[in-house]
Amino acid sequence: MSAGVPAVSRSGRSTRPTSVVGAVLLLVLVALPFLVYEDVTSSLVSLFVLIVIASMWNLLAGFGGLVSVGQQAFIGVGAYTVVALADAGVPPYLGVLMAAVTAAALALPTSFLAFRLRGDYFAVGTWVIAEVYRLVLVKIDSLGGPSGRSLTGMNDVDATMRAAFTYWLALGVAVVSVATCFWLLRGRIGLALTAVRDDEVAARASGVDVTRAKRVMYLVSAAGCGAAGGVLVVDALSVQPNAIFSVQWSASMIFIVVIGGIGYLEGPIVGAIVYFLLQQVLADAGSWYLVLLGCVAILVATRLPRGLWGTVHDRWGLSLFPVDYRVTRAPAAEPCPAVRT
Amino acid sequence: MSAVLQVHDLDVHHGQLRAVSGLDLELDAGGKVAVIGANGAGKTTLLRCLAGALPASSGRVLLDGEDVTELPAHRRVRRGVALVPEGRRLFPSLTVEENLLTGRNAGRSGSWDLAAVYELFDWMPERRRQPSGSLSGGQQQAVAIGRALMTNPRVLMLDELSLGLAPVVVRRIYETLPRIVAEGCAVLLVEQDVSQAMAVADHVHCLLEGRTTLAGPPSQLDRAAVEAAYFGLAEA
Amino acid sequence: MDVVNALAQGLLLGGLYALFACGLSVVFGVMRIVNLAHGDLAIVAAFCAFVTLSATSLPLWLVAVVTVPVFSVVGYLTQRLLLQRSLQSGPLATLLVTFGLSVVIQNLLLELFSADTRTLDAGSFATSALEVGDVSLSYVGITGLVLAVGSIVAIQLFLSRTSSGRIMRATSDDPQTAALVGADARRVYGIASAIAFATVAMAGIVMAIRSSFDPSLGPAQLLFAFEAVVIGGLGSLWGTLLGGLALGVVQSLVAVADPSSSVLAGHLLFLLVLAFRPQGLVPARAS
Repeated sequence: MSAGVPAVSRSGRSTRPTSVVGAVLLLVLVALPFLVYEDVTSSLVSLFVLIVIASMWNLLAGFGGLVSVGQQAFIGVGAYTVVALADAGVPPYLGVLMAAVTAAALALPTSFLAFRLRGDYFAVGTWVIAEVYRLVLVKIDSLGGPSGRSLTGMNDVDATMRAAFTYWLALGVAVVSVATCFWLLRGRIGLALTAVRDDEVAARASGVDVTRAKRVMYLVSAAGCGAAGGVLVVDALSVQPNAIFSVQWSASMIFIVVIGGIGYLEGPIVGAIVYFLLQQVLADAGSWYLVLLGCVAILVATRLPRGLWGTVHDRWGLSLFPVDYRVTRAPAAEPCPAVRT
Repeated sequence: MSAVLQVHDLDVHHGQLRAVSGLDLELDAGGKVAVIGANGAGKTTLLRCLAGALPASSGRVLLDGEDVTELPAHRRVRRGVALVPEGRRLFPSLTVEENLLTGRNAGRSGSWDLAAVYELFDWMPERRRQPSGSLSGGQQQAVAIGRALMTNPRVLMLDELSLGLAPVVVRRIYETLPRIVAEGCAVLLVEQDVSQAMAVADHVHCLLEGRTTLAGPPSQLDRAAVEAAYFGLAEA
Repeated sequence: MDVVNALAQGLLLGGLYALFACGLSVVFGVMRIVNLAHGDLAIVAAFCAFVTLSATSLPLWLVAVVTVPVFSVVGYLTQRLLLQRSLQSGPLATLLVTFGLSVVIQNLLLELFSADTRTLDAGSFATSALEVGDVSLSYVGITGLVLAVGSIVAIQLFLSRTSSGRIMRATSDDPQTAALVGADARRVYGIASAIAFATVAMAGIVMAIRSSFDPSLGPAQLLFAFEAVVIGGLGSLWGTLLGGLALGVVQSLVAVADPSSSVLAGHLLFLLVLAFRPQGLVPARAS
């Protein structure tokens, strides 16, 4: 063999510097409440929420092929879980964890209904299901009905401390969400879904339990959105059903992921930052902001289907969270390591 | 006789695989050319490319001397290139007659109309209102041929007529070929059954891994040479 | 009797849902996509009629008669210029594009017309009704039902009797083979889209005469139309009619007992069908 055995690896040339930069960045983010004013950290909370929900949507659509327009169902369920548990005396910060669990638990029966629909019909079907969750929740008088409720159990916490805790909570949920996506996609499920993405029939034929893999994605995604909903209510201290169950959340997830790059773990993060900055810049533009965003999303979906990150990835081979394998030709003389991961 | 269809140095890719490479072929009006070759030799890819269903990577396809290489399938059939696809591919929600009538969509006039097709396949009129899926394999193949004839083609391409059909049915279908050619249309057929192809065609083209390995009139080809070309055996 | 009246009102409402749904059903049957801006287009039609009506002295029926064909042309062009491109970039792209379109339309309408509710002034036509015993059937409601049945009959005739309709069914079965007999898929999809836009424009105008409207109502209409299609059974236009009527009747009957639960009841009917009869009430031809 003259050219040597090709080597297969996951870590690209950018991976190691990434880990160092990432660790430093994370430290800075953790220390931020001690470094900057409260308004900075509090606006970062909404950025983190965007990153969480967009990563979850990307997990579903970009890797599971399940385009949902109804993930707001689980944002709402998460928010209301925190409110209901706070009434029962559970501290809201702990309630956020339970919000994730509740959302995933409800997502299981939901998935059996939703998975009866495919493709575009799945999308609209999930939207209907989200409406059902909203309409059922507003019937519960103790949760405030159509006008919503405020969160109890936070009054005795000092305002500055509360802002810092909420910030850390949001940061924690964001880090855990991105890490979970990374971990899931590098494991068996990721392999199964990659196989499905490449050729569903072949994947099924070779024994991949496609539906199970998709269901796991759906549950994880619901859990993430549930936690995000919990963060939202802890941040706002109240919940309003029409706002928390608004399809606007789906619009945000979709625009972020499409613009950032669908099917890349970096996509939602890049997209969320762009979206967040646009939101700050165009805060006074009202609805025109959404008109512009919709047009940008349409343009990106048709002209730049791999989004911002996909374009960067294609051009420079850059990957911060490498979940795909890359094949490189090893030097001829050197005995080759088989597979490194 | 002038060539209806000319193919020059044609390359076709199927995904990343080059399925047809450097192929030259000529088809005269009223001619019957058979393309033979083993599974995966590129026969179906060749026909699909000539019909416009697959793009050519390089090379040229000329119809009556005009370059049609860039024309998509729906415009090529309007110029007179019709393909009877492998596996028949009738429209399942349409009746037999409706399947035939879709051929009119090519907008070409000529001697082929419903009456002519019904005369060619005399069992068809009584079944014309049936859903196409209720027919037997051989009958479906006949409808697929009828549908292609309804476009009044200059070139009729037949992909694996005999696939999955009983020999007697295949023979009956091949018996209609002379009538079709008599109406002035050239036939390009793909066939796995070599003896069938040699019996029907006046020119045989053998493909191996996308390349022509042997070509000529069946009368001038001896069986051993054909076998060698078909399987890619080095000639002794 | 309350129940008989509710049943009758439900059938009229269901007719309107069917009118919303038949375009969605055609487009899905041919292209396998759902236009998420479908409901918003109805609202656009309502606002178009509203603006024309206030700017000119034309009668409402004439405005409606003009708006519908204009919409079908817009539908053809939207398909050819915007959606066709996304169809080629994969299954995700059309959803993303139509969803983007939905958001753009809603917010444009919001900027242009504010969130105020409006009604299309149809004079006495809007308020008069046909009295049958104790039941009063509004002319607007009857118009909606008649238009729904009429549209579905017309679309069925188009599909079964005309050569364009035949090619549309062939393309729906197998677009590659349809191209081999000369079908230009882009044109076929354009026609399907024109049908969808025309019917949804009718639905939007009827809805705007029946009740007040504002820029935010589109998504709800999309959901009702979608439910009608799924309840009726994918791929069957008569099923879509039946699905629309079932949805309207259930919403209307439940509203007698508890008006605040009527929409929820419709959604639950959809989920029940999904759980126990996923093929819908009228399953499509097995093929």
